[in-house]
Amino acid sequence: MKRTVLLCTALVAPSWALAEGTVEVMSWGGAYSQSQVDAFNKPFEAETGIKVNMIDVDNPATPIKAQVQAGNVSADIASIGYSDATRLCDEGMLVEIDPADLLPASDGTPAADDFLEGGLSDCFVATDVYSTVIAYDESRFPENPPSTVADFFDTETYPGKRGMLKEPRFNMEFALMADGVPADEVYEVLSTPEGLERAFAKLDTIKGNAVFWEAGAQPPQLLADGEVVMTQAYNGRIFNAAVDEGKPFKIIWDGQIYEMEGWVIPIDGPNPENAMEYLKFSTSAESLARASMQISYGPPRKSSAPLVGNYKDTDIPMSPNLPTSPENMGNALAFDNDFWVDHMSELSERFAAWLAT
Amino acid sequence: MAQALDPHAAIVTTASGAEDGKLTTADGKPLAWALKRSQLKAKRRAFLLVLPLLAFILITFVIPIGQMLQRSFYNDGFSANMPQISQWFAENERGTPPDEAAWTALANDLIASAEDRSIGVVGTRINYDVPGTRSLFTSTGRKVRRGIEPPYREALLEIDEEWGDSRLWSAMRNAATPVTANFYLASVDRTRTDDGSIQQVDERQRVYVMLFMRTFWLSLLITALTFVLGFPVAHLLATLPMRKSNLLMILVLLPFWTSLLVRTTSWMVLLQQQGVINDILVWLGVIGGGQRLQMIYNQTGTIIAMTHILLPFMILPLYSVMRTINPSYVRAARSLGATSWTAFRRIYFPQTLPGLGAGALLVFILAVGYYITPALVGGSSGQLISNMIAMHMTDTLNWSMAAALAALLLASVLILYWLYDRMVGIDNLKLG
Repeated sequence: MKRTVLLCTALVAPSWALAEGTVEVMSWGGAYSQSQVDAFNKPFEAETGIKVNMIDVDNPATPIKAQVQAGNVSADIASIGYSDATRLCDEGMLVEIDPADLLPASDGTPAADDFLEGGLSDCFVATDVYSTVIAYDESRFPENPPSTVADFFDTETYPGKRGMLKEPRFNMEFALMADGVPADEVYEVLSTPEGLERAFAKLDTIKGNAVFWEAGAQPPQLLADGEVVMTQAYNGRIFNAAVDEGKPFKIIWDGQIYEMEGWVIPIDGPNPENAMEYLKFSTSAESLARASMQISYGPPRKSSAPLVGNYKDTDIPMSPNLPTSPENMGNALAFDNDFWVDHMSELSERFAAWLAT
Repeated sequence: MAQALDPHAAIVTTASGAEDGKLTTADGKPLAWALKRSQLKAKRRAFLLVLPLLAFILITFVIPIGQMLQRSFYNDGFSANMPQISQWFAENERGTPPDEAAWTALANDLIASAEDRSIGVVGTRINYDVPGTRSLFTSTGRKVRRGIEPPYREALLEIDEEWGDSRLWSAMRNAATPVTANFYLASVDRTRTDDGSIQQVDERQRVYVMLFMRTFWLSLLITALTFVLGFPVAHLLATLPMRKSNLLMILVLLPFWTSLLVRTTSWMVLLQQQGVINDILVWLGVIGGGQRLQMIYNQTGTIIAMTHILLPFMILPLYSVMRTINPSYVRAARSLGATSWTAFRRIYFPQTLPGLGAGALLVFILAVGYYITPALVGGSSGQLISNMIAMHMTDTLNWSMAAALAALLLASVLILYWLYDRMVGIDNLKLG
């Protein structure tokens, strides 16, 4: 039986040398991992014969750090956020990736020019752009629905509980943008003591109405339960609840904070060559476009945009639901990893103190 | 051989043959020596039997925890990767302004550290003391990798003038020795100033002492609640006829066997504002639709859910002790004229103390380290110190800080355990 399968694969995919073995992919679980299984793993297995094993964890950066430090690395390639990638790369825990090794766009544009700015760094290749947005329950605001990030902090016009992340990131940025700071000045203001005071003062105004969440699955649930009427959320989760489960949830793209996520290769993984094959395959323009038709995270390659079609097997066009679409980028903030790498410890404590009192 | 192992046999065989007043075994060896030998052998055998368990505990428990705790006072992120400047700090006392030798040492270290990609570790270490400096190290690292020319002072200040900051130099001096108390200071909301003295951190930054107090206070409260709720149940379990008490026992054990997460999320369903209890109250007209009670995502939620989850740890030891209490003692007290309250207070209750002690200790120690439940239902006011440890483990990746907080938590639990031993006596503990 096994031999038949191997023979078949060899016949179907003669262009690829029949590779042996497996590649261990560590990802975030849930719909995100599922989109990677459908868009990357299945075609990759069919084309190369390398078996892909998915390992789902809460945040792959944490086990990667622990595994590399312990000298016992089980993952070949992992999906982590840009900021974690920068940090682990600086600490020498990741393999450096040469953009020249990546597949060029179909018109021959090299990968280095095809990726959006920030999509490639020393050890990191982006796979998707996602954003943290404000989402609301449409049925709670039949007339005059909220439309800006300031409306999130306006509990008079839009009464009801607010779902907020239980950490300083995003909260500080949303607070400043709602207070009238333009997106491109947010981090400049936030770097000053006055800016911090301003952000916390704005957060104070809705503290009494806040329900705090930690896991990305919580905000759609909080909205569905009626526990909150408006919440900070990851755009993909809201899209899924709205489309797959028919919930009346809407996204406010104003003030969206977008960031990138992508592959890193930890040093001393068990199958480094297969990891590289998988990396190349999954970051081609076609693969990335395929992934953004499975989950509403935008493709980080410019040449992917025209390849994006409808969501899964529905007739819902995917482009308007992606953070990277021009109509959604009007007032968008690029998440600044360097700021948070420097200030995360300090602001986490300050935020925890703010929360607890 | 069998003779030597059985001391009684030895005594029997030598009792008749005692010649010069010294007891000997059948083959003429002194009895005391033979006894010692046989005991040693038995001890060695017992030790060999527990050796696998001992090794297991050592490898999977003691060593990892020891390594983790070591991080709380030992962090060589700076000193190991910046040897030259660390050397300079060792040779020049605090207050010495950095001279050309210091700048050269710093530049050489930065180049070497940037080359072997350890600059991030170095920056992370300094960033703990001076927030905002990690990117200074990493960005300088990227630049010096491309080349840097002496004079180094001017070159580094050209890259970023923050290199001249005295706070930065003070922090580097502190980090130049790997052993540090800074993480413990930070765990009690203290910090070291530039001249080395200790002071409280900014008021808005103080959080740990308050969380420690809250953790201990809530744990005490939860222990008391489990006692109040669990004592009557345990009493019923111990005194009801077998058939009924078995049914009751299942009611206690069934939630005990259910997953922690399932129990926690069930409380969410029950307690949330659009939840079952609020719906019933509104339906009954007790409260209006607009004034639904906030019973979860705050301290109340943490207390309710944790009390429920920890209840079996109180009931089971209490039950096992109560079952062994002879009912005739209480009957005797009553027949001697005691009221039912006096009989309970002076005869029955003191006999339940070993179970109560065990239950209280179990519940308290579990509650002090609880993490998942407060994270899920605690909202902002129901957070415990363990949630900060988790935050430092997973979000800020400041494991030294997490280790220091955990070490303080461990130490305070050990102190409480010692106090308990002194006041109640650990021998009186009965788990079943």
